[in-house]
Amino acid sequence: MITVDNLSKSFTLHILNEKKIVACRDISFHVPPGGFLGLSGPSGVGKSTVLKCLYRTYLASSGAIRYNSAAYGSVDLATLPDRAVIDIRYKEMGYVSQFLKVIPRVSALAVIMEPILARNGVSRDAARKRAIGLLERLRIPSHLFDAYPVTFSGGEQQRINIARAVSWKPRLLLLDEPTASLDKDSVGVVLEILKELREEGTTMIGIFHDTKLLESVTDSVYQVNNIVRHGFVAG
Amino acid sequence: MEPLIRIRGLSKRFGQGCSRCLDATGPEQDTNLCPHCGSVMACNDVSFDLFRNEALGVVGESGSGKSTLVRLLHFEWEASGGGMEMHRSAGLSNLPEMFTDGSNYSCNLLGLSHFQKRQLRNALMGIVYQNPHLGLRMQVSSGGNIAERLLGAGWRNIAKMRERSAELLERTEIPIERMDEPPCNFSGGMQQRVQIAKALSNNPLILFLDEVTTGLDLSVQARVLDMIRNLRSEFNLSMLVVSHDLGVINLLCQRTMVMKSGHVVESGLTDQILQDPQHRYTQLLVASQL
Amino acid sequence: MLMHEWLQKDDEPRSDAAQSAGYPFGFMDEGAKKEIRRSILKAVAIPGYQVPYGSREMPIARGWGTGGLQITLSMVKPDDILKVIDQGCDDSVNAVNIKKFVATVASVAITTDTRAATLIQTRHRIPEERMNDQQILVLQVPYPEALREVEPSEMETRRMHAEADYSRMWLYLYEDIVKYGEITISYRYPVTVNGRYITDPSPIPRWDVPKLHMADTLFLFGAGREKRIYAIPPHTSVEPLEFEDHKFRTENFFGKACARCGATDTFLDEVIDNAGGGRSFFCSDSGYCDKRSQAWNH
Repeated sequence: MITVDNLSKSFTLHILNEKKIVACRDISFHVPPGGFLGLSGPSGVGKSTVLKCLYRTYLASSGAIRYNSAAYGSVDLATLPDRAVIDIRYKEMGYVSQFLKVIPRVSALAVIMEPILARNGVSRDAARKRAIGLLERLRIPSHLFDAYPVTFSGGEQQRINIARAVSWKPRLLLLDEPTASLDKDSVGVVLEILKELREEGTTMIGIFHDTKLLESVTDSVYQVNNIVRHGFVAG
Repeated sequence: MEPLIRIRGLSKRFGQGCSRCLDATGPEQDTNLCPHCGSVMACNDVSFDLFRNEALGVVGESGSGKSTLVRLLHFEWEASGGGMEMHRSAGLSNLPEMFTDGSNYSCNLLGLSHFQKRQLRNALMGIVYQNPHLGLRMQVSSGGNIAERLLGAGWRNIAKMRERSAELLERTEIPIERMDEPPCNFSGGMQQRVQIAKALSNNPLILFLDEVTTGLDLSVQARVLDMIRNLRSEFNLSMLVVSHDLGVINLLCQRTMVMKSGHVVESGLTDQILQDPQHRYTQLLVASQL
Repeated sequence: MLMHEWLQKDDEPRSDAAQSAGYPFGFMDEGAKKEIRRSILKAVAIPGYQVPYGSREMPIARGWGTGGLQITLSMVKPDDILKVIDQGCDDSVNAVNIKKFVATVASVAITTDTRAATLIQTRHRIPEERMNDQQILVLQVPYPEALREVEPSEMETRRMHAEADYSRMWLYLYEDIVKYGEITISYRYPVTVNGRYITDPSPIPRWDVPKLHMADTLFLFGAGREKRIYAIPPHTSVEPLEFEDHKFRTENFFGKACARCGATDTFLDEVIDNAGGGRSFFCSDSGYCDKRSQAWNH
């Protein structure tokens, strides 16, 4: 499904007198369709960087990211034109960041319904049902469905974030510390949901700070432990 | 998928120009004013594609050329050079002379006559300005402002025009009872929404948004932006969003161009521009964000 | 003396006096007449388009019909029969003034009978009797620009005409309907000539506007102060600006008749009797009214 080949990423900070920061170096791994790869390594070693390079939030400095796209066939995400990346993000590749990107004036329910409506061509009612189902499973109280997530706690926001990413069933899902701010029970629910997605064929790559959790949930683990001077992650 | 519009080498110079203008201006020189002849290179060799149903952001500071860009594409100002081609699928059936010899793209639209440009503009484009006085006739009723575009397109039935105006005002959350009131009585946010209603009246393919929420109160800004977000998917619009506010760009646009001193210094996915800026100026801009 | 007496008076040939005083035929020199005729030809070739021309000094002041007069003087031939009316009336001071002047400098015959005239100069009315293809109507125009109401700049109105960019005029009408329930323009009602130019038909009442459409006659419009000439050739479409659900209406004289001749199908002037305070109506077209009364009385 996805093969990363000698991926390296460094930042050149022009405004700090051309200071160069190496974020990750020579990353290579392969994830088969339906597989779940975990990225492990000490904090700041570049795990998030790898995910962001896959999602094209970062431009890889060198190396290739060969992805088997349903729409485009076998492509190198690192060099793919912007429009194709947007298309792939829209149709195939999802990303769960560490923090919810808050959109003003959109209720929690609408936040989760939007991606379903946009992509899967289902009716408003069906989308609403699915969204409510997810919110209930993630134990968001029903009085918060119409509320704006900007006022939610970190844990609640993160659960909304996860719901939004899984609601439309992507082919490839990238997870950056999805359970970091969740309590034990919520973590359990999230893992259940991820398992169901996997059973439907979604391939996943994830970062989990809890090593035990990482090993229990993933098929294989890639150790990101190349030598880096500063584990600097921008943004 | 082929782009809806292709812009190549678009330039706009104010002043007579000299042979050293191009070298003496730009982001490296940190100016768009030529020190030798005093000409202003407002836009210099700007090239990009705009696709259907996408929002393209144009971010830059004052003097970057971003507003000039909009004026040129909206046919308000004459370009000094460059080309603008539209895809065949834009459905310009009333101007067949624009498409020749089986090509998928039209001739250079910037070279058309004023009359043809106006027809194109009326049929395909809508614009919302930062200053509502530019986009609206303040003494004409808000329904009338919307009707003006319809009248320009040949509508001749009052009842139907009022129905359409009411539809659009409702969509932009303006109480229909105020349809016959002139916008000079409205608040800033409401005036912007009338502009949006007016811009959408003829079902444009392309919507230009020039700093539309700058100067509005925060809550009003949120409302207007939210509306624009929904309108884009509902009306299948291509939008060019000009702003100096990175937050607005981040909210509305999937792709962004960064302009400085008349040049495009960087372009790419919005999240990439904001999180992994490559060009020196973009890095400075991102680092300066509140 | 009364009008018909004056008309029948056998004066010494007045044109001799004019000629011996050094005035050319028709008062204007050949160069002036040539320019005006050329402008007229251009106007006829582009129906509804305002042709700028060099408006000459006339022995009447600007605002008193110098535009119409210049056209008449450029066109008139010795065998023409001239009628001049002002608001429909042959007897008004200005109409008589102009008639006398043209008769003096061009030795033409004068009439009050629309059917007998070959050339008619008019201020603000079109005669009730339909004119034929051997006659020409010259209209005096104070403001030739139909778009002036919505746009004060001459440069801009010229551009609007050139690019057929008339949405602002239509917007003006829309706003009228929204504010008052109907279009409130009573005279100078804008029309579209030959499907192209929006034209001001001069301050004729709405009643007269339909007479311009597909007529047999050539209509010439002269604005002396504004220095414009325009034309509506015969068999040209002249459509008043209207909406599908708000059509053009003329004035309505239902239940009223001319107190003099009894006509119920002409444009009527309302006259208030200062002494008694009563209201009566009279045909605006005095020549037509005369004919009808004479016929009635016989």
